[in-house]
Amino acid sequence: MSRDILVSFEGVVKSFGNFIAVQKLDFEIKKGEFLAIMGSSGCGKTTTLRMLAGLEAPTKGVIRLSGKPINDLPTWSRDTPMVWQSLALFPFLNVIENVEFALKMRGVGKAERRRRAEQWLDRMQITEFADRNISQLSGGQRQRVALARSLVVEPEILLLDEPLSALDAALKVRMQSVLKNLQRETGITFVYVTHSQSEAFSMADRVVIMSRGKIEQIGTPQEIYRTPRTRFVADFLGSSNLFSGQVRSGTSGFELDTPMGPLRLAAPAASGESATLTVLDTQTHLSTTAPAGNVNFVPVKVIGEEFVGATATVYLETAQGQEIRVQKGHDELAGLPLAIGQPLYAWWNPEDGHLVRES
Amino acid sequence: MSGSADLNRSRSVDWALMLYVVLAYAFVFAPIAASFVFSFNSDRFPSIPLGEFSLDWYRAVATDPLVWEGARNTLFVGVIVGVVSTALGFGAAYTDYRYKFAGKQVYLALALLPPTIPVIILGLAMLAYLSRINLSGNALSVIISHVVVCAPFAMAIIRLRLSQMDPALEPAAWNLGASEWMAMRHVIVPFCAPAILGALFITMAVSFDEFAVAWFVSGLNETLPVKVLGFLQGQVSPRINAIGTFVFILSMTLVILAQLLLSGRGAKLADKE
Repeated sequence: MSRDILVSFEGVVKSFGNFIAVQKLDFEIKKGEFLAIMGSSGCGKTTTLRMLAGLEAPTKGVIRLSGKPINDLPTWSRDTPMVWQSLALFPFLNVIENVEFALKMRGVGKAERRRRAEQWLDRMQITEFADRNISQLSGGQRQRVALARSLVVEPEILLLDEPLSALDAALKVRMQSVLKNLQRETGITFVYVTHSQSEAFSMADRVVIMSRGKIEQIGTPQEIYRTPRTRFVADFLGSSNLFSGQVRSGTSGFELDTPMGPLRLAAPAASGESATLTVLDTQTHLSTTAPAGNVNFVPVKVIGEEFVGATATVYLETAQGQEIRVQKGHDELAGLPLAIGQPLYAWWNPEDGHLVRES
Repeated sequence: MSGSADLNRSRSVDWALMLYVVLAYAFVFAPIAASFVFSFNSDRFPSIPLGEFSLDWYRAVATDPLVWEGARNTLFVGVIVGVVSTALGFGAAYTDYRYKFAGKQVYLALALLPPTIPVIILGLAMLAYLSRINLSGNALSVIISHVVVCAPFAMAIIRLRLSQMDPALEPAAWNLGASEWMAMRHVIVPFCAPAILGALFITMAVSFDEFAVAWFVSGLNETLPVKVLGFLQGQVSPRINAIGTFVFILSMTLVILAQLLLSGRGAKLADKE
């Protein structure tokens, strides 16, 4: 086993009665990385995290931490502290007592644990709240207490189960950078479970996308965003236009035969295979006349427009009823007629298309 | 009362409801209040107009060794019953909170059943059973019987508290290095502390006041309520009023303490919101 692997899941299965929550998980977590596990509710991401924490036992397979199997280790004998979705701070203890808790359980002496807890309060900038009750803290302050409470034992790995889900949007963004900086400075491996693409992509070095208890794709945010491996991933990210069809080899290279006509493919593919072409909505363009040259285009009608902020999203529909989205800066859209029902052409360079297998 | 609450309520309905509450409480408490008043009255029989203010009846009670013996028995039984019932009730409530098992509904129904059994039946059954195993007619028999009656109250109170606990709290303690016993000691018990104390006081109060079962099983170790019946059978004396007032104040103090712990400051101190 390579030295930079901290955790490995080897054929891990978890079932609850007849329900299979996680089916055959095989992946590794590198030392010091920020890994996000992302998926919609019920995809098995939280179960995966809880198995790593020792709160659920795998039905089959082995989980290794630093090379050693930890399947039979109870959670209190593992150093895998977790930040809970509800934070689960102890309401009958004040802030510093919460932070000291793990040290107290490990039998660290009173003076020593106070000193170490104070260091973490200082680091999380909550020293002034040391003697407060949990009920007197704001949402952001509670987050910091929860982080300090888990990190006070200086673990190799920190598990986070959607800890930001209860915060408002502005605070969420601020806590994301707090988390990212903390991870960078401490070098502790973070495993972060979330359903939010923006959280996963903005913080993580690598993202695992799960669906129905299986891993759909593992990669950097860049890789996943640009080259989704399955139709599910492209669909889940929601930032691409999808065209389904059959691959065939045409006169000028490979094409995808779709209800909207043949679409050119930039790379060779297996003829006869069912596949989906994904094109990012930011790389899909609009014009009033049929574009010339080696591009793919589809005639569409405008069905709506949405102000996003720096950009706008234009919603269009093909004659076959498929929705297409285009996301552009306001100045790029300025010259285009965008009244509802306006006929336009949606087009893209074949190089910007990415072919995924049907799943 | 805030402005918006005032805006949306009818004054006459408010007054009617207030009157209703006052009448209901008057109905409940008038006999107790009368007993309280007559316990300080110098007359031999309870009648109006009242005689002079007097502490004679309290003096008579305080110098009666039989009353002292009853009070000692009551207190001795009550404290032990409180502690044992609360411990049992806590165990039963935690079992319900923590574990899922086949027949759990039956387990719960059985655990909560005793207070619904008519006390005469329970008292008779206890007497028959305890005398069969040579445990009847002493303080222990009253303790055993009262624990049967009181433990379900303790369980109900502590169970309610556990249901308010964030289900992640206990696993969070394990995850931070606490074994199951340590989590019990450092998380579950502190979280439940207001309810545990509340249950202790309520079960003591129930035991102090319980008459029927104690009457069946107490034998020579009569508790105060049983003694009172003895007095009544002999003669109607205002001493009864004095004892009644004393027991009432003691029980009410316990119940009010429990109430404060369960709903007021105690629970708030231990709660996060």
